[in-house]
Amino acid sequence: MTGVTALQQAFIPQYGLDLAGGTTVTLSPITPNGTSPSQESLDLAVNIIRDRVNGTGISDAETVRAGDNIVVSVPGKGQEEVIQLVGTTAELRFRQVLAVAPAKMDAAVPTDAPTPSSTPAASSSPSPEPRASTSANPTVSPASHSLSRKGDPEPSATPSPGATDRDKREDGRKQKSQRQDTDDDGEGENDGKATASPTPTPSSDPATDPLAGADLTGIEPSLLDEFRELDCTKSDRGQGVQDDPDKQLVACSQDGTARYILDKAVVKGTEVAGATAGVDQTTGEWVVSVDFKSEGATQFSRITGQITSLPAPRNQLAMVLDGVVISAPTIQEAIPGGKARISGSFTQESATRLADQLKYGALPLKFERSSVEEVSSTLGADQLRGGLLAGGLGLIVVVIYSMLYYRGLGVVSVSSLAVATIVTYLSVVLLSENAGFRLSLPHIVGLIVSIGITADSFIVYFERIRDELRAGRTLRLAVELAWRRAKRTILVADAVTFIAAVVLYFLAVGGVAGFAFAMGLTTLIDIAVVFLFTKPMVTLLARLRFFAKGHPLSGLDAGRLRRTDPAVRPTPQEA
Amino acid sequence: MSGATNLLGRLYRGESNVDFVGRQKLWYGLSITLLVLSFAGLFVRGLNFGVEFTGGSVFSFKSASASIEQVRDAVHDTGHEQVIVQQAGEDGWRVTTETMPEGEITRVQRALAERFGLTQNDVSIQVIGASWGGQVSEKAVIGLIVFMVAIIAYLSVAFEWRMALAAVVALVHDLVITAGVYAWTGFEVTPATLLGFLTILGYSLYDAVVVFDMIKEVTARLPATGKMTYTEAANGALNATLIRSLNTTLVAILPVASILFIGTTLLGAGTLKDLSLALFVGMIVGTYSSLCVATPLLVTLKEREPQYVALAKRVAQRRQAQAKAEAAAKAGKASGGTGGGTARQTVGAGRGPSATASKRRKR
Repeated sequence: MTGVTALQQAFIPQYGLDLAGGTTVTLSPITPNGTSPSQESLDLAVNIIRDRVNGTGISDAETVRAGDNIVVSVPGKGQEEVIQLVGTTAELRFRQVLAVAPAKMDAAVPTDAPTPSSTPAASSSPSPEPRASTSANPTVSPASHSLSRKGDPEPSATPSPGATDRDKREDGRKQKSQRQDTDDDGEGENDGKATASPTPTPSSDPATDPLAGADLTGIEPSLLDEFRELDCTKSDRGQGVQDDPDKQLVACSQDGTARYILDKAVVKGTEVAGATAGVDQTTGEWVVSVDFKSEGATQFSRITGQITSLPAPRNQLAMVLDGVVISAPTIQEAIPGGKARISGSFTQESATRLADQLKYGALPLKFERSSVEEVSSTLGADQLRGGLLAGGLGLIVVVIYSMLYYRGLGVVSVSSLAVATIVTYLSVVLLSENAGFRLSLPHIVGLIVSIGITADSFIVYFERIRDELRAGRTLRLAVELAWRRAKRTILVADAVTFIAAVVLYFLAVGGVAGFAFAMGLTTLIDIAVVFLFTKPMVTLLARLRFFAKGHPLSGLDAGRLRRTDPAVRPTPQEA
Repeated sequence: MSGATNLLGRLYRGESNVDFVGRQKLWYGLSITLLVLSFAGLFVRGLNFGVEFTGGSVFSFKSASASIEQVRDAVHDTGHEQVIVQQAGEDGWRVTTETMPEGEITRVQRALAERFGLTQNDVSIQVIGASWGGQVSEKAVIGLIVFMVAIIAYLSVAFEWRMALAAVVALVHDLVITAGVYAWTGFEVTPATLLGFLTILGYSLYDAVVVFDMIKEVTARLPATGKMTYTEAANGALNATLIRSLNTTLVAILPVASILFIGTTLLGAGTLKDLSLALFVGMIVGTYSSLCVATPLLVTLKEREPQYVALAKRVAQRRQAQAKAEAAAKAGKASGGTGGGTARQTVGAGRGPSATASKRRKR
């Protein structure tokens, strides 16, 4: 039983939301001068938005780039909060840490090993580095980084660590399950913990106040309660919250292992000129170098000078992106000159990720919801039915026509169409299984329209065969000679269609890309079918008496084809 | 046998001999008239842009019991006056409103659901920002330009620049006339329509490419033989591929017609209908243009080449000489019955060599 259903499922493609029902939000970037944003910033925006959507716990949500736009698809219905969530601005801000505590209260007391988390970014805390440990932080910051002046030993930039690493990760994200994704941010463990022991006993005890013993001066009283209630182990921990730079903020660390009370923003992300990940040549560990623009450099110099001598955790400067603390390094010294270096327990991946976030998170990439489409499952089913019906009807009409017109040869065109249809269907299923392809209405239309293109290849070939027959060649010879000439025509004509498909695909918005993809795919399949199936089949059939003798029903009746005037009807030479 | 069957029979046998190229002036005149009409339509009436271009919200749902008045009232009750209600297929309803804020959309959605006994999730919504259509059309225009440049480059390499130019002119011709049809009929223009327009490009060219391929083949050794002008050879090639062109168009239009049929009857307004309508109109115009615009234009361009000017002269001289000789021969054998072959040849030369005539010579 299960085997059968599994098999059935294996042969049914995944449907897009316009057919299956669901919500699709298209976000278009708004740039100050109307130019299109850089590819990297878009890629990063996709990552950030994907994190946000996944952070809400919606399953099967999909966030992809389509040209300059970002398309978020959520199966199921009425995801108003998703619509709200995905379009907000991502802006990086630097804020001084006023207080810090582990994610949940049960882990508050121990001074070391803050959480059981073992994500690379936060893991090596059991042996905090000398620099970080000098701060004698009672609740060791999970992001145990420290910030220092960019030393002379310039970090050697590794051969493009950013691109390859990030791409790899992205691929992984797309293909593997969401688990992989969440593990990246260390959410996995925390989620697990949260469900396994939802209420760890010590946590409810007011005695273990996370703020016990902390210096609360200068903190807005209203934030204290918020801070106490904040549970960073939840998957929804305030990602995507638009923070007001002029107000203090309560926020979680990105991996969900710590929570912070942060002061007003002192430096804005727009003041970050650049950030790179590299290896420190003296220590051999991964570091992130940050360069500030002139105003940012002044602000940064001032704030680092002010807080470096303060007791922990007030000597930490948090970088907040999208309502989440991505790093909160301890300031080692006043850092003038706008060049800083963040060090401490980085892996290549975490260093690159932080550098990217500093660099691109700094871009105030604003998005506009340019289209929201919420398709009910009944409407989706209707459209699917309509599309399939139209496709079936189209095929049948073409089959009838070619049988009437080409008679015996019609068998070739019908079976070729059948082969093309099967190959197309299998490709769609394979693509949907392995490449996340979702069949949508524009795809179906593209596939139907391509029936004509596929059929035309046969028509070109058959007409050439008839030309050769009229010229008095034997069928076997005609089949070969005609192929030589038809081949070129088919290739040139298909090339034109393919160019059209490629141009449409890369410059397309919305459904156009899907349509173009279907058209390009079928053009390729058409060439394969004509070369590998139609031509060999015609060659084989040419050996059959029925065709070779030019039976009236074969469609290759030389007499009928050539007859001009019964009086001068040439004697069939080879028949 | 009726004339029509006869024509079909000749088409089937590839013997048609329509003088497409010789009637250049007629086609050019017709096309220019159509183009002027199309431009007039575009300027006077303009295109009827759908909500995807103007921005707004669309609510779709199914209800067997609803009437247009009920649906309109249900939306009016929420305080929105600017409402277009359409029936979409059997039981389907489509309500288009102006742009409204997020909360309002949910409110209208809920109101419609309550009124017709549905759950909120049964009412589909589509919200389009005002800039979306602009973005779509901007991309479409860029796509169009890139595509034309790519095609001109490709055809210039695969064939020659004159063919590329003729094909692209025919393409623009098709697009303008299709747009004109939309302007005059007032069909709604949606992104799906644009998609259809862009697809027409592929078709229009595909057809022209097949015809040009044949012309290229037929005219390859033309200057050397000196028996036919370029015009005649091109016309022959056109006729030889005529049945293919018609077949292709028919085979291409059949599936599109079936989408149009299903899209109109079953689903009503929507992607399927918009797309197939544009394709349907465009394909018909495209077939006309590849026969009556692209090839005549190519011939006009080619006949200006020195080698073909010279060829035309030589052919004319040769024909004159031939005619004289034949007249003399006829006069000589005044009463002798001629064989069918000769008679047909004379007719052929008089009308300009047909496709069959050219083939016979090649053989």
